[in-house]
Amino acid sequence: MTTEVPTNKIASLAPDELETPPLTLAQLTWRRFRRHKMALIGALVLVFLFIYAFGGSFIRTEKYANFNNTAIKLQAPSAAHPFGTDPIGRDIFARTIYGGQISLIIGLFAVLIETLCGILIGALAGYYGGLLDSILMRITEAMLNIPEIFLLIVMAKFFGGKIPDLTVMGRTFSGSVVVIVVIIGVTSWMYLARIVRAEFLSLKENEFILAARATGTSNRDIIFRHILPNSIAPIVVSATLGVANAILSEAYISFLGLGVQPPTATWGNMLDNANNYIESAPWMWFFPGLLILLTVLSINFLGDGLRDALDPRSRTV
Amino acid sequence: MTRYVIRRILQGIPLLFIISIILFILMMNTGDPIATMGGRSVTRPADRIRLTRQLGLDKPIYVQYIYWLIGNDWTKVDLNGDGIPETSGTRRGILRGDFGTSIVNRGTPALTLIVQRLPNTLLLMLASEIVIVLGSLLVGIYSALKQYSTLDNFITTLLFIGYSMPIFFVALLSMYIFAVLFKRWGLPYLPTVGMFDPQVGQTAGQVMLHMILPVLSISLVSFAAYSRYIRSTMLEVMGQDYIRTAKSKGLPRRSVVLVHALKNASLPIVTVVGLDLPLLLGGAVVTERIFAWPGMGRLFLDHVSRGDMPVVMGILMLIAVAVVVFQIITDIVYAWLDPRIRYD
Repeated sequence: MTTEVPTNKIASLAPDELETPPLTLAQLTWRRFRRHKMALIGALVLVFLFIYAFGGSFIRTEKYANFNNTAIKLQAPSAAHPFGTDPIGRDIFARTIYGGQISLIIGLFAVLIETLCGILIGALAGYYGGLLDSILMRITEAMLNIPEIFLLIVMAKFFGGKIPDLTVMGRTFSGSVVVIVVIIGVTSWMYLARIVRAEFLSLKENEFILAARATGTSNRDIIFRHILPNSIAPIVVSATLGVANAILSEAYISFLGLGVQPPTATWGNMLDNANNYIESAPWMWFFPGLLILLTVLSINFLGDGLRDALDPRSRTV
Repeated sequence: MTRYVIRRILQGIPLLFIISIILFILMMNTGDPIATMGGRSVTRPADRIRLTRQLGLDKPIYVQYIYWLIGNDWTKVDLNGDGIPETSGTRRGILRGDFGTSIVNRGTPALTLIVQRLPNTLLLMLASEIVIVLGSLLVGIYSALKQYSTLDNFITTLLFIGYSMPIFFVALLSMYIFAVLFKRWGLPYLPTVGMFDPQVGQTAGQVMLHMILPVLSISLVSFAAYSRYIRSTMLEVMGQDYIRTAKSKGLPRRSVVLVHALKNASLPIVTVVGLDLPLLLGGAVVTERIFAWPGMGRLFLDHVSRGDMPVVMGILMLIAVAVVVFQIITDIVYAWLDPRIRYD
């Protein structure tokens, strides 16, 4: 039996002997992400679509996009009008540019609302449990029980026409843009809330949460600084895919004539009444439809790659 | 199991109440049903007051909800506007099977309108579901067994595109190709609008011909999603030990795949199919509109735009009930497929 204090026998490396420095989450994610070819292509296409929609303002003015001249209605694609013209003689090429801006903005902001609602409801339900959890989850379930499109239609009617036009940066937007962003946000948070709740349920049992509690950390700090950052991976993936869903939702409801109101163009409302022009003016619905498909497809590829990179345990459906 | 089912049904009831309250509040403010009642002429103010009173729209929202839910035949309502309730109510409430009277089609019970359209939608749903399940099983299993072959890669890419397709784009594109272009090329082409050719009449052949394109549009997205799902669950199951055992004891490949692998792989698929069924109804709204299919989705669209609360609420509550019922059925099938699952 010796009394000497054992010297440190555990082999350790001096910092300069470390072969590779530890990687941050972002670096790790990038390493896995760049192997996913389709996700890279998706990201690239998405960048091009953003350049198309926002850079396009430099080639065509908004006034031109909303200018109607019935003398040139329903013209096939030509050099002057690359995508043709619609039933009241507006240039479809210019409208896909400005429509794209609104569609992409709607997608992004709707997801912002969706993510905020989803995180808040999921976190509260998962962290506090008990009665609050039961109430919030019953509401979530109730919302999930009605197909989203029905909820969207009813809500679009509920809020429709109640918000005046807005002027942002010298441009006038139909107030319905705000309505659509909000209703898409509040009808799509349910899946995210369930994901966040499940993450919170398992994470809150960890020792580091116990430690945080023991040192007197407030509930708010535990939720937002200790648990939330650890569940960021599924949230990022779900939010990415959410953008595609939001753009689709906007398109569906604008297609039904209940979405963003003219003259503000979106890819969705450019398709309104398109079924009357299937034969006579296919260019009218083909280009906006194709742009929606391209956007949704590349976001889905991107989301798929992100899922593999950020959250390797989860399975791709 | 019986106890579990009863418990689930009991849980479903408060859920349906919450749904009905949320929807009722939303529906109350969706438009002015009286505005279109005078036909082309604007409704006169005196008529407006009378109609509001007769329809019970002047009551506070909770009273309207109670009348909608359990009817008003137990109380008296004021119809002549003197402030004294004198006439017995005639509504029996949705709980007693009275969905109310349609506001748009005056005098027609909402339930009659819905039941007229329901079979058309169910026909479309059923056909789509068959196409989806059979097609995705076929493609998913094939793709899983030939993983990373050229055809598998090709299919996987196509499925991803199909999965991202907006339903209206599928519908418009397929109408353009199979109706417009085929007609132009002198090939046999498909009809695009309605359920049957009025000159021929509503025969089974006509309806089937008119169903092809709508069914294609409704099923493509789910078909792509399920195929991908089946492919990944099949791949997982095919790597299991019991599959190796089955193979090594010399069972024919067909029975290994179809009996040992598929039954286990079908567990998660059953869940997805059961829970997604109502989502198809959402797709039906858009599809029925494009193809002028006289179903429930179009009824919904036509009546929601004119604030016809009884019809719209009736449709939405039917869907909500269907969702709850399908969730319970899914659980039962799940337990039947996997004896390890015990609910009690």
